[in-house]
Amino acid sequence: MTTPAPFLGGETRVVNIGLSLFAETLAALGVSVVSVDWRPPAGGDRRLAELLARAGDEAGAKPVTIADANRECLRRIQAGTATLVGLRPAREVVPGLGERTVLHAGPPVTWERMCGPMRGAIIGACLFEGWAKTPDDAVTLAESGALTFDPCHHHRAVGPMAGIVTPSMAVWVVENDACDTAAYATLNEGVGKVLRFGAYDRPVLDRFAWINRELAPILDGALRRAGGLDAKTLIARALTMGDECHNRTTAATSLLARELAPHVAAARAGDVEKALAFLARTDHFFLNIAMAACKAVLDGAHGIRGATVVTAMARNGVEFGIRASGTGDRWFTAPAPNVTGLYFPGYGPGDASPDLGDSAITEAAGLGGFAMAAAPAVVQFVGGTAELALDTTRRMYEITLGEHETFRIPALDFRGAPLGIDIRRVVETGIAPAIDTGLAHREAGVGQVGAGIAEAPIACFVQALEAFVAGLPA
Amino acid sequence: MRLTRDMEAVPGVRRAAAMMGTPANRALLEDAGLLAAEGEAAGPTDLVIAVLADTREAAEVARAAAESAFSARRAAAMPGVAGRPLTLASALKALPGATLALISVPGAYAGAEALKALHAGLHVMLFSDNVPVATELELKTLARQRGLFVMGPDCGTAIVNGVPLGFANAVARGRIGIAAASGTGLQEVACHLAAAGEGISQAIGVGGRDLSDEVGGLMMERALAALAADPETAAVCVIGKPPGAATLAKLEGWIAKLGKPCVTQLMAPTGRERWHAAATLEDAALAAVALARGVKPAPVEFTAPPGAVARLVEDAVLPMRANQRYVRGVYSGGTLAYEALGILKTRLADVAPGVTGGGSGHRVVDLGEDVFTVGRPHPMLDGTVRREWIERESADPETAVLLLDVVLGYGAHPDPAGEILPAIRAATLAAESAGRHLAVVASVTGTEGDPQRRSAQVAALSAGGVIVMPSNAQAARLAALIAEPRA
Repeated sequence: MTTPAPFLGGETRVVNIGLSLFAETLAALGVSVVSVDWRPPAGGDRRLAELLARAGDEAGAKPVTIADANRECLRRIQAGTATLVGLRPAREVVPGLGERTVLHAGPPVTWERMCGPMRGAIIGACLFEGWAKTPDDAVTLAESGALTFDPCHHHRAVGPMAGIVTPSMAVWVVENDACDTAAYATLNEGVGKVLRFGAYDRPVLDRFAWINRELAPILDGALRRAGGLDAKTLIARALTMGDECHNRTTAATSLLARELAPHVAAARAGDVEKALAFLARTDHFFLNIAMAACKAVLDGAHGIRGATVVTAMARNGVEFGIRASGTGDRWFTAPAPNVTGLYFPGYGPGDASPDLGDSAITEAAGLGGFAMAAAPAVVQFVGGTAELALDTTRRMYEITLGEHETFRIPALDFRGAPLGIDIRRVVETGIAPAIDTGLAHREAGVGQVGAGIAEAPIACFVQALEAFVAGLPA
Repeated sequence: MRLTRDMEAVPGVRRAAAMMGTPANRALLEDAGLLAAEGEAAGPTDLVIAVLADTREAAEVARAAAESAFSARRAAAMPGVAGRPLTLASALKALPGATLALISVPGAYAGAEALKALHAGLHVMLFSDNVPVATELELKTLARQRGLFVMGPDCGTAIVNGVPLGFANAVARGRIGIAAASGTGLQEVACHLAAAGEGISQAIGVGGRDLSDEVGGLMMERALAALAADPETAAVCVIGKPPGAATLAKLEGWIAKLGKPCVTQLMAPTGRERWHAAATLEDAALAAVALARGVKPAPVEFTAPPGAVARLVEDAVLPMRANQRYVRGVYSGGTLAYEALGILKTRLADVAPGVTGGGSGHRVVDLGEDVFTVGRPHPMLDGTVRREWIERESADPETAVLLLDVVLGYGAHPDPAGEILPAIRAATLAAESAGRHLAVVASVTGTEGDPQRRSAQVAALSAGGVIVMPSNAQAARLAALIAEPRA
């Protein structure tokens, strides 16, 4: 508990909450003053205001203060490293991945409730693994209960869109040495008709097999030859080049290709030309690495008692779920929101599945919608202006505890990206975390139909706050 | 409140209000006859703009005025985007090392904001009223545990480390400390200290209920301890309404421990005080000055010589009709209204017991009370309600004296005298044409350093035929003399 400033003596520095007239007077007299643009907390909901007041004690909670817990949480996120060390088959590295386990994006969901794209991706995965010969066989298998479904997040993994991980798939291995954690993600297949959006026809599966069985070993060899790659620094550079590292990873992918190309060439293993050509045309190739990097860092900051920082946001196409550092492994869920976005020609809002994928882990780490000011090109997806990109990031500072020391945004005078979503601030302000996202067709097998911006449901944060307050010592 | 002012300035508009649609505000609007179906459906984050006008056209003009003023403000500050933080938490990021939260949000929300501020290690000035006493106790108890200070609730003014908070006057820093459970009382004392050439070391408000036995002086004890320890403070002035019996006993102990000369003005001196107990705010200020200078305090009846006062009374009484018998006080400051009422009671019979404006004899109304500020600004900010009451009281053929306060300072209206003078002129003219003479007596609480400049306000009032007395107490005494029954 910090000692408060003495009441008398010293400089009085004022936070004005209410009549702006008082702040204007003070400012005119040269007094240090900041005026809050006040409105009733939590949209005027008295019960939530009460919860906020109870979770508002920065200085007095025991055994550690909320402020101390959040500081430690932020410290670990800032200090977290993300070294891309190589690629391995998931069965070799992903903890707790049984032979018939299927990992999926978002909070837990049963086959019966899964959305179309997730079912499609699982059908594709069954065909890829050789567990089924036909899509119908795959459906029968999934319905039979012979497969174990579990969220990626329960296995230190993250997956974009459907986020399906099965044992034979290759995964990126990203290590956070500062917190002694690692995280895993599959390889990106490009946009359009791809497995992660629920497509599973022959060309999709052929490409998927090539990526996992031929491209992965080439890149693994190159990475090992390079002695690993610092993904955190690469992300920081990409932010200065127009990426927000969620919906736009064009710069990051280029930087990755540039780093790896000499080693790919030197190793002379496999079809080098095909490998490099794939990197050259796959703008989103780095996305999965960014996600694993964010997961590795945020897992290192998870499980701190008394911390109100969000450590995961994920969607399974039915529900949106969040986890907070101080509330353990519980998910707080609400119906997945619809996405405001731009559709590929021939598609419209009626075609899209609700929000899907683990990629909102990037927002929890200060990227994506939170770093939109770095990537004005992304707002084209919602027909927005560059000013909207700046304002989106500016608003996120209202719900975050700190600013990223490494991820900086040129257009905001190199201000650090808003970092550490505080569940209390989301409930208090009603400002929902902004999430850049892709749009999957709601039926299995079609694929991506657009991209846009989604808002995390406030209800998740309300539940998290309730659980947090319930867990506070009396 | 500015929106209200803009709208009520439109000709043909009777009443207007712009308030957030909280349940409490909706009730206020309903009481004021300003709630239509649309407003009833509003939520706490909606802004309700209500206009009562003679014609549809006038209402539309008012609505347009409000909307343009509102959108101009919005454009300047998009919420959460253009620099103004939305919460205390983000304000603290913008102002590292903040020491105090000045809270003036509606009472229903003020307690929660104050709690957040205390939790963040800030001292609190709670300007808001309508905060439940249970909340006040919780806040003050927590503050004491954490070594923090809560000024208020309903704390209109304070001067901490030279920083004027809320409605405060421009006074020099000096050696006299004030601890007050009263807003305009603190202002009146501070202004008299300034006029006497002394300055304020600290002026701490504790909230109107602090000296009640329910709250038990939780902050008065801390205020006096802080002033005792403050090396800048040479003498202390304690101001408030009469304390609860148990709290008065404790107060005696705290004053005894001060180790500095002390003056109290607690409205009802018992005569048993072991310190200097002043009868009026003016006397309290003058006594504090005397004690700081090491001389014996002497109370003041009138600053002017007796002959001059007698002439003022005579000039006022002569042209009056026989049935003009009563003093009618129309106040903007609560403590000033109480002080005036107390003085009238000691000198006149048939004085109304409270400051509600009720009763058929001598009466005083405090227009700062909640019942009069429904959906409209405080009378220190806007003279509309006062003008209505001046008109109403002076129309009564039995009114002899109109007794007024004019409070200056930061936050107050830029020209309070100019706000009420047209109504005063109209009232005196109306009386003349009815064959009566209306005496208008006022005092100005303010300093030369105030944005409105005291001497300019006094000159404007005098030019308008108002008898301006040097203090509220003297104004009330003169009013009593004028209305005194004569043989």
